Amino acid sequence: MSSRAIENFDEKARDTIERAGRTTIYHGELLRHPVYTRVLHWSVAVFFFLALFSGFGIYLPWLFRWFTPIFGGGQLSRIMHPYFGVAFVCFFALQALNFLQPMLWAPGDTRWMRNVKAIASGEEKMDPPETGFFNAGQKVMFWEIVAGCIVYIISGTILWAGAQTFGRIPVAVSYVLHDISAVIMLGGIFIHIYQSTFGEPGTFDAMIRGAVSEAWAWTFHPAWYKQVTGRDPEQACEEARRNMAARSKP
Amino acid sequence: MISGHSNPSPGFGMQRDLEVCKLVDTTTCIGCKACEVACVEWNNMPFTPTTFDNTYQTMPETAPHFWNLIKFNEHQNPDGTIQWLMRKDQCMHCADPGCLHACPADGAIVKYANGIVDFNEENCIGCEFCVSGCPFNIPRFNPSTKRVYKCTLCSDRVGEGLEPACVKACPTGCLKFGSKEDMTFIAKERAKQLRDNFGWQNAGVYDPQSVGGTHVIYVLHDATDPERYGNLPKNPTIPWSYTWWKWLFKPVIGTFALLGGLGILFHHVTNGPRVPQPEPPEKDVVDVGGHP
Repeated sequence: MSSRAIENFDEKARDTIERAGRTTIYHGELLRHPVYTRVLHWSVAVFFFLALFSGFGIYLPWLFRWFTPIFGGGQLSRIMHPYFGVAFVCFFALQALNFLQPMLWAPGDTRWMRNVKAIASGEEKMDPPETGFFNAGQKVMFWEIVAGCIVYIISGTILWAGAQTFGRIPVAVSYVLHDISAVIMLGGIFIHIYQSTFGEPGTFDAMIRGAVSEAWAWTFHPAWYKQVTGRDPEQACEEARRNMAARSKP
Repeated sequence: MISGHSNPSPGFGMQRDLEVCKLVDTTTCIGCKACEVACVEWNNMPFTPTTFDNTYQTMPETAPHFWNLIKFNEHQNPDGTIQWLMRKDQCMHCADPGCLHACPADGAIVKYANGIVDFNEENCIGCEFCVSGCPFNIPRFNPSTKRVYKCTLCSDRVGEGLEPACVKACPTGCLKFGSKEDMTFIAKERAKQLRDNFGWQNAGVYDPQSVGGTHVIYVLHDATDPERYGNLPKNPTIPWSYTWWKWLFKPVIGTFALLGGLGILFHHVTNGPRVPQPEPPEKDVVDVGGHP
Protein backbone atom coordinates (compact mmCIF):
# COMPACT_ATOMS: atom_id res chain seq x y z
CA MET A 1 0.00 0.00 0.00
CA SER A 2 1.37 3.39 -0.92
CA SER A 3 1.58 6.12 1.71
CA ARG A 4 -1.03 8.07 -0.29
CA ALA A 5 -3.50 5.20 0.02
CA ILE A 6 -2.86 4.98 3.77
CA GLU A 7 -3.48 8.70 4.15
CA ASN A 8 -6.70 8.43 2.14
CA PHE A 9 -7.85 5.57 4.34
CA ASP A 10 -6.99 7.51 7.48
CA GLU A 11 -8.94 10.54 6.25
CA LYS A 12 -11.94 8.45 5.29
CA ALA A 13 -12.03 6.64 8.63
CA ARG A 14 -11.69 9.94 10.42
CA ASP A 15 -14.61 11.49 8.52
CA THR A 16 -16.85 8.47 9.02
CA ILE A 17 -16.28 8.22 12.78
CA GLU A 18 -16.45 11.99 13.19
CA ARG A 19 -19.94 11.98 11.63
CA ALA A 20 -21.05 9.21 14.00
CA GLY A 21 -20.52 11.28 17.14
CA ARG A 22 -19.96 14.75 18.46
CA THR A 23 -17.81 16.66 20.90
CA THR A 24 -19.54 19.28 22.96
CA ILE A 25 -17.30 22.09 24.08
CA TYR A 26 -18.74 24.15 26.92
CA HIS A 27 -17.78 27.68 27.81
CA GLY A 28 -14.20 27.94 29.03
CA GLU A 29 -13.23 24.65 27.43
CA LEU A 30 -11.03 23.59 24.53
CA LEU A 31 -11.34 20.67 22.11
CA ARG A 32 -8.66 18.18 23.07
CA HIS A 33 -9.44 14.87 21.32
CA PRO A 34 -11.96 14.51 18.48
CA VAL A 35 -14.35 11.53 18.28
CA TYR A 36 -12.05 9.52 15.99
CA THR A 37 -9.13 9.70 18.43
CA ARG A 38 -11.34 8.74 21.36
CA VAL A 39 -12.87 5.77 19.56
CA LEU A 40 -9.41 4.55 18.59
CA HIS A 41 -8.03 5.08 22.09
CA TRP A 42 -10.74 3.01 23.75
CA SER A 43 -10.60 0.30 21.09
CA VAL A 44 -6.88 0.03 21.73
CA ALA A 45 -7.51 0.00 25.49
CA VAL A 46 -10.17 -2.73 25.33
CA PHE A 47 -8.03 -5.06 23.24
CA PHE A 48 -4.93 -4.24 25.26
CA PHE A 49 -6.61 -5.41 28.45
CA LEU A 50 -8.19 -8.45 26.80
CA ALA A 51 -4.75 -9.46 25.51
CA LEU A 52 -3.15 -8.62 28.85
CA PHE A 53 -5.59 -10.63 30.97
CA SER A 54 -5.69 -13.59 28.61
CA GLY A 55 -1.89 -13.51 28.61
CA PHE A 56 -1.55 -13.38 32.41
CA GLY A 57 -2.59 -16.99 32.85
CA ILE A 58 0.00 -18.09 30.31
CA TYR A 59 2.68 -15.76 31.72
CA LEU A 60 2.65 -17.08 35.29
CA PRO A 61 -0.02 -19.73 35.86
CA TRP A 62 0.82 -20.33 39.51
CA LEU A 63 0.10 -16.68 40.26
CA PHE A 64 -2.51 -15.74 37.65
CA ARG A 65 -4.43 -18.95 37.05
CA TRP A 66 -7.61 -17.21 38.23
CA PHE A 67 -7.55 -15.04 35.09
CA THR A 68 -8.10 -17.94 32.71
CA PRO A 69 -11.76 -18.69 33.67
CA ILE A 70 -12.67 -15.17 32.47
CA PHE A 71 -11.96 -16.37 28.95
CA GLY A 72 -13.53 -19.79 29.39
CA GLY A 73 -10.45 -21.67 30.54
CA GLY A 74 -6.86 -22.14 29.55
CA GLN A 75 -7.56 -23.50 26.09
CA LEU A 76 -9.78 -20.61 25.08
CA SER A 77 -7.35 -18.10 26.63
CA ARG A 78 -4.62 -19.56 24.47
CA ILE A 79 -6.78 -19.47 21.34
CA MET A 80 -8.13 -15.95 21.90
CA HIS A 81 -4.92 -14.25 23.10
CA PRO A 82 -3.33 -13.89 19.63
CA TYR A 83 -6.56 -12.53 18.13
CA PHE A 84 -6.85 -9.92 20.92
CA GLY A 85 -3.22 -9.06 20.27
CA VAL A 86 -3.74 -8.64 16.54
CA ALA A 87 -6.76 -6.38 17.16
CA PHE A 88 -4.72 -4.33 19.64
CA VAL A 89 -1.88 -3.89 17.15
CA CYS A 90 -4.27 -3.00 14.29
CA PHE A 91 -6.14 -0.35 16.29
CA PHE A 92 -2.89 1.01 17.63
CA ALA A 93 -1.52 1.24 14.08
CA LEU A 94 -4.45 3.52 13.20
CA GLN A 95 -3.85 5.55 16.34
CA ALA A 96 -0.15 5.79 15.51
CA LEU A 97 -1.04 7.18 12.09
CA ASN A 98 -3.44 9.59 13.75
CA PHE A 99 -0.89 10.76 16.34
CA LEU A 100 2.25 10.65 14.22
CA GLN A 101 2.58 14.42 13.72
CA PRO A 102 2.11 15.64 17.31
CA MET A 103 4.22 12.76 18.64
CA LEU A 104 7.38 13.80 16.78
CA TRP A 105 10.20 14.66 19.16
CA ALA A 106 10.91 18.37 19.65
CA PRO A 107 13.91 20.09 21.29
CA GLY A 108 11.73 21.18 24.19
CA ASP A 109 10.97 17.53 24.98
CA THR A 110 14.56 16.82 25.89
CA ARG A 111 14.42 19.68 28.40
CA TRP A 112 11.13 18.29 29.73
CA MET A 113 12.71 14.87 30.21
CA ARG A 114 15.65 16.38 32.11
CA ASN A 115 13.13 18.07 34.36
CA VAL A 116 10.92 14.98 34.77
CA LYS A 117 11.61 14.49 38.48
CA ALA A 118 10.43 17.96 39.43
CA ILE A 119 7.37 17.62 37.19
CA ALA A 120 6.37 14.18 38.46
CA SER A 121 6.85 15.10 42.10
CA GLY A 122 4.63 18.15 41.69
CA GLU A 123 7.48 20.49 42.59
CA GLU A 124 6.84 22.17 39.24
CA LYS A 125 3.17 23.10 39.42
CA MET A 126 3.04 23.83 35.70
CA ASP A 127 4.65 22.15 32.74
CA PRO A 128 7.46 24.08 31.00
CA PRO A 129 6.22 26.76 28.57
CA GLU A 130 7.38 24.87 25.45
CA THR A 131 5.23 21.80 26.26
CA GLY A 132 3.03 21.27 23.21
CA PHE A 133 0.03 19.07 22.44
CA PHE A 134 1.84 16.08 23.98
CA ASN A 135 4.54 16.24 26.61
CA ALA A 136 7.76 14.24 26.42
CA GLY A 137 6.47 11.55 28.80
CA GLN A 138 3.50 10.88 26.54
CA LYS A 139 5.78 10.76 23.53
CA VAL A 140 8.11 8.25 25.20
CA MET A 141 5.15 6.04 26.01
CA PHE A 142 3.83 6.34 22.45
CA TRP A 143 7.13 5.33 20.87
CA GLU A 144 7.57 2.57 23.43
CA ILE A 145 4.23 1.11 22.31
CA VAL A 146 5.26 1.43 18.66
CA ALA A 147 8.48 -0.50 19.41
CA GLY A 148 6.59 -2.94 21.64
CA CYS A 149 4.05 -3.64 18.91
CA ILE A 150 6.83 -4.47 16.46
CA VAL A 151 8.30 -6.90 19.01
CA TYR A 152 4.80 -8.34 19.60
CA ILE A 153 4.19 -8.88 15.90
CA ILE A 154 7.48 -10.68 15.29
CA SER A 155 7.66 -12.73 18.49
CA GLY A 156 3.91 -13.28 18.54
CA THR A 157 3.85 -14.70 15.04
CA ILE A 158 6.61 -17.14 15.99
CA LEU A 159 4.84 -18.15 19.21
CA TRP A 160 1.49 -18.46 17.45
CA ALA A 161 2.77 -20.78 14.75
CA GLY A 162 4.85 -22.69 17.29
CA ALA A 163 8.08 -24.64 17.46
CA GLN A 164 6.98 -27.15 14.84
CA THR A 165 6.99 -24.35 12.25
CA PHE A 166 9.79 -22.06 13.42
CA GLY A 167 12.05 -24.38 15.44
CA ARG A 168 12.53 -24.55 19.17
CA ILE A 169 15.18 -21.85 19.68
CA PRO A 170 13.29 -19.01 17.87
CA VAL A 171 10.27 -19.87 20.03
CA ALA A 172 12.38 -19.86 23.20
CA VAL A 173 13.82 -16.43 22.31
CA SER A 174 10.43 -15.01 21.30
CA TYR A 175 8.99 -16.26 24.58
CA VAL A 176 11.40 -14.00 26.51
CA LEU A 177 11.03 -10.99 24.16
CA HIS A 178 7.23 -11.21 24.31
CA ASP A 179 7.42 -11.17 28.13
CA ILE A 180 9.80 -8.23 28.29
CA SER A 181 7.67 -6.19 25.92
CA ALA A 182 4.54 -7.01 27.93
CA VAL A 183 6.12 -6.09 31.26
CA ILE A 184 7.42 -2.74 29.97
CA MET A 185 4.00 -1.96 28.52
CA LEU A 186 2.33 -2.97 31.79
CA GLY A 187 4.56 -0.59 33.73
CA GLY A 188 3.82 2.15 31.21
CA ILE A 189 0.11 1.58 31.47
CA PHE A 190 0.20 1.95 35.27
CA ILE A 191 1.77 5.39 34.92
CA HIS A 192 -0.54 6.28 32.01
CA ILE A 193 -3.70 5.41 33.94
CA TYR A 194 -2.52 7.13 37.12
CA GLN A 195 -1.48 10.35 35.40
CA SER A 196 -4.66 10.57 33.36
CA THR A 197 -7.01 10.05 36.32
CA PHE A 198 -5.83 10.90 39.84
CA GLY A 199 -2.40 12.27 39.01
CA GLU A 200 -3.56 15.22 36.90
CA PRO A 201 -7.29 15.83 37.45
CA GLY A 202 -9.19 16.89 34.37
CA THR A 203 -7.18 14.70 32.01
CA PHE A 204 -9.70 11.84 31.93
CA ASP A 205 -12.32 14.14 30.39
CA ALA A 206 -9.99 14.75 27.47
CA MET A 207 -10.35 11.11 26.42
CA ILE A 208 -13.97 10.66 27.55
CA ARG A 209 -15.76 13.67 26.09
CA GLY A 210 -12.86 15.22 24.25
CA ALA A 211 -12.87 18.55 26.05
CA VAL A 212 -10.56 20.07 28.64
CA SER A 213 -10.77 23.26 30.64
CA GLU A 214 -8.63 26.18 29.54
CA ALA A 215 -6.99 26.04 32.96
CA TRP A 216 -5.97 22.44 32.28
CA ALA A 217 -4.46 23.34 28.93
CA TRP A 218 -2.76 26.38 30.43
CA THR A 219 -1.23 24.27 33.22
CA PHE A 220 -0.13 21.12 31.43
CA HIS A 221 0.32 22.07 27.77
CA PRO A 222 1.20 25.79 27.67
CA ALA A 223 2.53 25.83 24.10
CA TRP A 224 -0.62 24.11 22.82
CA TYR A 225 -2.74 26.55 24.85
CA LYS A 226 -0.92 29.42 23.18
CA GLN A 227 -1.46 27.87 19.77
CA VAL A 228 -5.24 27.37 20.12
CA THR A 229 -6.17 30.45 22.16
CA GLY A 230 -3.58 32.86 20.79
CA ARG A 231 -2.80 33.90 24.35
CA ASP A 232 0.72 33.58 25.60
CA PRO A 233 0.79 31.74 28.93
CA GLU A 234 4.14 33.16 29.92
CA GLN A 235 3.10 36.67 29.12
CA ALA A 236 -0.26 36.14 30.77
CA CYS A 237 1.42 34.77 33.85
CA GLU A 238 3.75 37.73 34.02
CA GLU A 239 0.87 40.13 33.55
CA ALA A 240 -1.21 38.41 36.18
CA ARG A 241 1.59 38.87 38.66
CA ARG A 242 1.90 42.52 37.80
CA ASN A 243 -1.86 42.79 38.11
CA MET A 244 -1.78 41.26 41.56
CA ALA A 245 1.03 43.61 42.54
CA ALA A 246 -0.87 46.63 41.21
CA ARG A 247 -3.96 45.56 43.08
CA SER A 248 -2.23 45.12 46.40
CA LYS A 249 -0.34 48.43 46.13
CA PRO A 250 -2.79 50.95 47.53
CA MET B 1 0.92 -54.22 62.23
CA ILE B 2 0.49 -50.46 62.47
CA SER B 3 0.06 -50.39 66.25
CA GLY B 4 3.14 -49.68 68.26
CA HIS B 5 4.86 -48.30 65.17
CA SER B 6 6.64 -45.06 65.97
CA ASN B 7 7.36 -44.15 62.36
CA PRO B 8 4.96 -42.17 60.16
CA SER B 9 4.08 -45.20 58.07
CA PRO B 10 4.70 -48.92 58.15
CA GLY B 11 7.85 -49.84 56.37
CA PHE B 12 9.44 -46.45 56.90
CA GLY B 13 13.02 -46.35 55.66
CA MET B 14 12.76 -49.49 53.56
CA GLN B 15 14.54 -49.57 50.23
CA ARG B 16 12.42 -49.69 47.14
CA ASP B 17 13.13 -49.31 43.44
CA LEU B 18 10.77 -46.51 42.56
CA GLU B 19 12.06 -45.33 39.22
CA VAL B 20 11.19 -47.32 36.12
CA CYS B 21 13.25 -47.44 32.96
CA LYS B 22 13.07 -48.74 29.43
CA LEU B 23 16.29 -50.04 27.95
CA VAL B 24 16.73 -49.93 24.17
CA ASP B 25 19.70 -51.90 22.92
CA THR B 26 20.30 -50.50 19.42
CA THR B 27 22.80 -53.28 18.76
CA THR B 28 20.15 -55.99 18.82
CA CYS B 29 17.28 -54.11 17.17
CA ILE B 30 16.34 -55.74 13.87
CA GLY B 31 14.01 -52.98 12.69
CA CYS B 32 10.91 -55.20 12.63
CA LYS B 33 8.69 -52.31 13.82
CA ALA B 34 6.64 -54.62 16.06
CA CYS B 35 6.96 -51.92 18.74
CA GLU B 36 5.47 -49.32 16.38
CA VAL B 37 2.46 -51.52 15.76
CA ALA B 38 2.07 -52.44 19.44
CA CYS B 39 2.14 -48.77 20.40
CA VAL B 40 -0.57 -47.82 17.90
CA GLU B 41 -2.62 -50.87 18.94
CA TRP B 42 -2.44 -50.42 22.70
CA ASN B 43 -3.11 -46.68 22.59
CA ASN B 44 -5.94 -47.24 20.11
CA MET B 45 -4.65 -44.58 17.74
CA PRO B 46 -6.11 -43.89 14.30
CA PHE B 47 -4.09 -44.59 11.17
CA THR B 48 -1.32 -42.09 10.38
CA PRO B 49 -0.33 -41.94 6.70
CA THR B 50 3.16 -43.30 6.09
CA THR B 51 5.82 -41.62 3.99
CA PHE B 52 8.22 -43.53 1.77
CA ASP B 53 11.59 -41.79 1.47
CA ASN B 54 13.75 -44.63 0.10
CA THR B 55 14.47 -45.98 3.58
CA TYR B 56 12.80 -48.51 5.83
CA GLN B 57 11.53 -45.73 8.05
CA THR B 58 7.74 -45.50 8.41
CA MET B 59 7.66 -41.69 8.38
CA PRO B 60 10.22 -38.89 8.83
CA GLU B 61 9.26 -38.09 12.41
CA THR B 62 6.88 -39.17 15.14
CA ALA B 63 3.34 -37.84 14.81
CA PRO B 64 0.46 -36.92 17.16
CA HIS B 65 -0.90 -40.46 16.68
CA PHE B 66 2.42 -42.20 16.14
CA TRP B 67 4.59 -41.98 19.24
CA ASN B 68 7.09 -44.70 18.57
CA LEU B 69 9.24 -44.70 15.43
CA ILE B 70 12.25 -46.73 14.43
CA LYS B 71 14.76 -44.39 12.84
CA PHE B 72 16.87 -46.01 10.14
CA ASN B 73 20.21 -44.40 9.37
CA GLU B 74 23.12 -45.41 7.19
CA HIS B 75 26.39 -44.31 8.69
CA GLN B 76 29.66 -44.52 6.79
CA ASN B 77 32.66 -45.29 8.95
CA PRO B 78 36.07 -43.70 8.20
CA ASP B 79 37.25 -47.05 6.77
CA GLY B 80 34.45 -47.01 4.20
CA THR B 81 32.26 -49.66 5.80
CA ILE B 82 28.60 -48.95 6.30
CA GLN B 83 26.64 -49.25 9.52
CA TRP B 84 22.88 -49.67 9.21
CA LEU B 85 21.57 -48.13 12.41
CA MET B 86 18.12 -48.65 13.89
CA ARG B 87 17.02 -46.64 16.84
CA LYS B 88 13.63 -46.67 18.47
CA ASP B 89 12.70 -42.99 18.83
CA GLN B 90 10.17 -41.99 21.48
CA CYS B 91 9.86 -39.80 24.56
CA MET B 92 12.93 -40.15 26.76
CA HIS B 93 11.08 -39.42 30.03
CA CYS B 94 13.80 -37.10 31.31
CA ALA B 95 14.38 -36.74 35.03
CA ASP B 96 14.46 -32.97 34.39
CA PRO B 97 11.95 -32.62 31.55
CA GLY B 98 12.20 -29.57 29.27
CA CYS B 99 8.54 -29.95 28.28
CA LEU B 100 7.47 -29.69 31.92
CA HIS B 101 9.70 -26.64 32.46
CA ALA B 102 8.08 -24.91 29.49
CA CYS B 103 4.45 -25.88 30.16
CA PRO B 104 2.24 -23.02 31.40
CA ALA B 105 -0.88 -25.13 32.04
CA ASP B 106 -1.65 -26.67 35.40
CA GLY B 107 -1.49 -30.44 35.33
CA ALA B 108 -1.04 -30.72 31.58
CA ILE B 109 2.35 -32.36 31.98
CA VAL B 110 3.00 -34.48 35.05
CA LYS B 111 6.08 -36.28 36.21
CA TYR B 112 5.20 -39.26 38.33
CA ALA B 113 7.38 -40.48 41.19
CA ASN B 114 8.35 -43.47 39.07
CA GLY B 115 9.91 -41.13 36.50
CA ILE B 116 7.23 -41.30 33.79
CA VAL B 117 6.48 -37.92 32.19
CA ASP B 118 2.88 -37.94 31.07
CA PHE B 119 0.72 -35.49 29.11
CA ASN B 120 -2.86 -34.97 30.29
CA GLU B 121 -4.85 -34.01 27.25
CA GLU B 122 -7.72 -32.45 29.20
CA ASN B 123 -5.42 -29.84 30.76
CA CYS B 124 -3.31 -29.06 27.68
CA ILE B 125 -3.93 -25.55 26.31
CA GLY B 126 -2.11 -26.19 23.04
CA CYS B 127 0.50 -23.45 23.34
CA GLU B 128 3.24 -25.76 22.00
CA PHE B 129 5.85 -24.41 24.42
CA CYS B 130 6.71 -28.02 25.31
CA VAL B 131 7.75 -28.60 21.68
CA SER B 132 10.24 -25.77 22.13
CA GLY B 133 11.37 -27.01 25.55
CA CYS B 134 12.02 -30.62 24.50
CA PRO B 135 15.60 -31.32 23.40
CA PHE B 136 14.54 -34.58 21.73
CA ASN B 137 11.88 -33.13 19.40
CA ILE B 138 9.15 -35.37 20.77
CA PRO B 139 5.88 -33.54 21.63
CA ARG B 140 3.54 -33.40 18.63
CA PHE B 141 0.81 -30.83 18.16
CA ASN B 142 -2.43 -32.06 16.67
CA PRO B 143 -4.00 -29.10 14.82
CA SER B 144 -7.46 -30.68 14.81
CA THR B 145 -7.67 -31.11 18.60
CA LYS B 146 -5.26 -28.25 19.42
CA ARG B 147 -3.49 -30.46 21.98
CA VAL B 148 -0.05 -31.98 22.20
CA TYR B 149 0.64 -35.72 22.41
CA LYS B 150 3.54 -38.04 23.02
CA CYS B 151 4.56 -41.44 24.41
CA THR B 152 3.27 -42.10 27.94
CA LEU B 153 5.65 -44.99 28.59
CA CYS B 154 2.31 -46.84 28.85
CA SER B 155 1.76 -45.36 32.30
CA ASP B 156 -1.61 -47.11 32.31
CA ARG B 157 0.08 -50.50 31.84
CA VAL B 158 2.94 -49.74 34.22
CA GLY B 159 0.43 -48.79 36.90
CA GLU B 160 -0.99 -52.32 36.60
CA GLY B 161 2.44 -53.89 36.87
CA LEU B 162 2.77 -54.58 33.14
CA GLU B 163 5.60 -53.61 30.85
CA PRO B 164 4.97 -51.01 28.10
CA ALA B 165 3.34 -52.33 24.92
CA CYS B 166 6.48 -51.84 22.82
CA VAL B 167 8.55 -53.92 25.23
CA LYS B 168 5.87 -56.62 25.25
CA ALA B 169 6.01 -56.85 21.45
CA CYS B 170 9.79 -56.85 20.98
CA PRO B 171 10.87 -60.24 19.59
CA THR B 172 14.63 -59.92 20.08
CA GLY B 173 14.91 -58.77 23.67
CA CYS B 174 16.35 -55.51 22.47
CA LEU B 175 13.75 -53.75 24.62
CA LYS B 176 13.75 -54.34 28.34
CA PHE B 177 11.75 -52.77 31.12
CA GLY B 178 12.43 -52.63 34.86
CA SER B 179 13.83 -50.41 37.55
CA LYS B 180 16.25 -47.68 36.54
CA GLU B 181 18.94 -49.33 38.61
CA ASP B 182 18.53 -52.74 37.00
CA MET B 183 18.32 -51.38 33.46
CA THR B 184 21.43 -49.24 33.97
CA PHE B 185 23.26 -52.31 35.25
CA ILE B 186 22.20 -54.44 32.26
CA ALA B 187 23.03 -51.64 29.82
CA LYS B 188 26.49 -51.19 31.27
CA GLU B 189 27.14 -54.90 31.19
CA ARG B 190 26.02 -55.05 27.58
CA ALA B 191 28.22 -52.07 26.64
CA LYS B 192 31.17 -53.76 28.34
CA GLN B 193 30.44 -56.93 26.41
CA LEU B 194 30.37 -54.96 23.15
CA ARG B 195 33.68 -53.30 23.99
CA ASP B 196 35.43 -56.45 25.19
CA ASN B 197 34.06 -59.12 22.87
CA PHE B 198 32.79 -57.41 19.72
CA GLY B 199 35.36 -54.70 19.09
CA TRP B 200 33.05 -51.72 19.56
CA GLN B 201 35.59 -49.72 21.49
CA ASN B 202 33.27 -46.74 21.97
CA ALA B 203 30.20 -48.73 22.91
CA GLY B 204 28.38 -47.16 25.82
CA VAL B 205 25.14 -46.21 27.50
CA TYR B 206 23.15 -43.11 26.52
CA ASP B 207 21.66 -41.62 29.70
CA PRO B 208 22.32 -37.86 29.26
CA GLN B 209 23.02 -36.16 32.59
CA SER B 210 22.34 -32.69 31.14
CA VAL B 211 18.64 -33.46 31.59
CA GLY B 212 19.22 -35.30 34.85
CA GLY B 213 19.32 -38.70 33.16
CA THR B 214 16.44 -40.28 31.27
CA HIS B 215 14.00 -43.08 31.95
CA VAL B 216 14.61 -44.49 28.48
CA ILE B 217 18.24 -45.39 28.00
CA TYR B 218 20.11 -46.63 24.93
CA VAL B 219 23.02 -48.96 24.39
CA LEU B 220 24.91 -47.49 21.42
CA HIS B 221 27.72 -48.95 19.31
CA ASP B 222 29.40 -45.58 19.57
CA ALA B 223 28.27 -43.52 22.53
CA THR B 224 30.65 -40.71 21.55
CA ASP B 225 28.56 -39.89 18.48
CA PRO B 226 24.86 -40.32 19.26
CA GLU B 227 23.96 -37.87 16.45
CA ARG B 228 24.45 -40.58 13.85
CA TYR B 229 21.37 -42.38 15.24
CA GLY B 230 18.93 -39.93 13.65
CA ASN B 231 19.88 -36.76 15.54
CA LEU B 232 20.04 -38.10 19.05
CA PRO B 233 21.57 -35.03 20.78
CA LYS B 234 24.94 -35.57 22.40
CA ASN B 235 24.27 -32.92 25.01
CA PRO B 236 20.51 -32.28 25.22
CA THR B 237 19.71 -28.92 26.83
CA ILE B 238 16.63 -26.99 27.87
CA PRO B 239 16.54 -23.34 26.67
CA TRP B 240 17.12 -20.87 29.50
CA SER B 241 13.78 -19.24 28.64
CA TYR B 242 12.09 -22.12 30.46
CA THR B 243 14.57 -22.49 33.28
CA TRP B 244 15.94 -19.40 34.97
CA TRP B 245 13.93 -16.89 32.97
CA LYS B 246 10.64 -18.57 33.76
CA TRP B 247 11.25 -19.60 37.34
CA LEU B 248 13.31 -16.65 38.55
CA PHE B 249 12.89 -13.56 36.41
CA LYS B 250 9.19 -13.81 35.63
CA PRO B 251 8.12 -13.83 39.29
CA VAL B 252 10.71 -11.16 40.15
CA ILE B 253 9.53 -8.87 37.36
CA GLY B 254 5.91 -9.57 38.26
CA THR B 255 6.64 -8.56 41.84
CA PHE B 256 8.31 -5.35 40.66
CA ALA B 257 5.24 -4.55 38.55
CA LEU B 258 3.01 -4.96 41.61
CA LEU B 259 5.39 -2.84 43.67
CA GLY B 260 5.19 -0.22 40.90
CA GLY B 261 1.41 -0.11 41.43
CA LEU B 262 1.96 0.36 45.16
CA GLY B 263 4.60 2.99 44.43
CA ILE B 264 2.08 4.97 42.40
CA LEU B 265 -0.45 4.81 45.22
CA PHE B 266 2.09 6.10 47.72
CA HIS B 267 3.33 8.72 45.28
CA HIS B 268 -0.21 10.02 45.20
CA VAL B 269 -0.53 9.91 48.98
CA THR B 270 2.81 11.61 49.58
CA ASN B 271 3.02 14.06 46.67
CA GLY B 272 -0.60 14.52 45.70
CA PRO B 273 -2.04 15.42 42.31
CA ARG B 274 -1.01 18.28 40.06
CA VAL B 275 -4.14 20.34 39.86
CA PRO B 276 -4.84 22.62 36.88
CA GLN B 277 -4.09 26.23 37.74
CA PRO B 278 -6.69 28.77 36.70
CA GLU B 279 -5.35 30.98 33.98
CA PRO B 280 -5.27 34.69 34.74
CA PRO B 281 -8.61 36.33 33.88
CA GLU B 282 -8.32 37.78 30.41
CA LYS B 283 -10.05 41.08 31.21
CA ASP B 284 -7.79 41.94 34.10
CA VAL B 285 -4.77 41.01 32.05
CA VAL B 286 -5.78 43.37 29.27
CA ASP B 287 -6.71 46.14 31.70
CA VAL B 288 -3.57 45.89 33.72
CA GLY B 289 -1.54 45.39 30.60
CA GLY B 290 -2.85 48.66 29.27
CA HIS B 291 -1.99 50.55 32.44
CA PRO B 292 1.11 49.18 33.98
